[in-house]
Amino acid sequence: MALTNEIIKQRLTEKFGEQVSNFEEPYGMLTFEAPKELNLKVLNFLYDDEELKFRFMTDLCGVHYPDNKGKELAVVYHLHNMVDNIRIRFKVFTDIDQPDIYTATGLFSAANWMERETYDFYGVNFVGHPKLKRILNVDEMDYFPLRKEFPLEDQTRVDKDDEMFGRG
Amino acid sequence: MSRPVSYNLIKKPLESDISIVDMPDGHQGEGFFATSLNKVIGLARKNSIWPLPFATSCCGIEFMATMGSHYDLARFGSERVGFSPRQCDLLMVMGTIAKKMGPVVKQVYLQMAEPRWVIAVGACASSGGIFDTYSVLQGIDQVVPVDVYVPGCPPRPEAIIDGVIRIQELVGKESLRRRNGEQYKLLLESYGIQ
Repeated sequence: MALTNEIIKQRLTEKFGEQVSNFEEPYGMLTFEAPKELNLKVLNFLYDDEELKFRFMTDLCGVHYPDNKGKELAVVYHLHNMVDNIRIRFKVFTDIDQPDIYTATGLFSAANWMERETYDFYGVNFVGHPKLKRILNVDEMDYFPLRKEFPLEDQTRVDKDDEMFGRG
Repeated sequence: MSRPVSYNLIKKPLESDISIVDMPDGHQGEGFFATSLNKVIGLARKNSIWPLPFATSCCGIEFMATMGSHYDLARFGSERVGFSPRQCDLLMVMGTIAKKMGPVVKQVYLQMAEPRWVIAVGACASSGGIFDTYSVLQGIDQVVPVDVYVPGCPPRPEAIIDGVIRIQELVGKESLRRRNGEQYKLLLESYGIQ
């Protein structure tokens, strides 16, 4: 029997009950979230389960929702079942004041690079990551540039006249 | 509506079959010619510049056209494009320089021997261009001193050639003592060099 979104959803609710929530299917891709303490348990379950077999991580990224108080930062995992060719999206949310999330590097080596990138741009602290330091930006950077409170333009420069750039 | 593009409408006859640079001012008579050492060295230097291309994006493609047979930078004595900074005279920075690339540009500049010149080709190398953002260096003059800026996004090969000719003017007129002067030392110190 082919694996479907309904079966995945059913297996997850059997295992984790009410803790996995917000099931959605935008454009047919199953999306759900779980408390951040459970992220490794869910990922391990999806990996090990003989039926689910989500053993390939396509993407891991961060999102900043400044208005979502207490759950400002999201970490999104995109997983792929290569056997049945099914993809799912799994989200965990964390408070921006304490952005600690367990690292997935033990399970997926691909997470190493992507968690460093997520740390670099959003400041998510991946607990247990072997080398959590900046990867794309300059080492001296002292903020996390993709958080919404930082405007895109470089704020330190003095040589551009704001009037001339339509933001005076 | 598209317009037909036509160049070289006015035919310019060649002044001579072989073009050579003009003689500098000086005194000459039967079997001798006297001029200042400055002028002779300037003449030699300006017509044998070895460029070092540091191309990171689309301006680099324009530079490749400039080096090609159609525009042919070799006509101006820059036949030999070097890829070792230790051999080159002119650092041509073409394209967006990310902040992380800044130290690399500086390192390349430091490896060049004096006298050395720098040309910033295109809006990005000159000022950051459209990339007014946290990751892009807002002009390479923040890390190395620049002699000539070529505007454009990207500049046409003619503009790059014009920039090189401006560099040649600077090279030809430069005093031999300039690089030992106090002003030059202060300039380098302002970039944290030496």
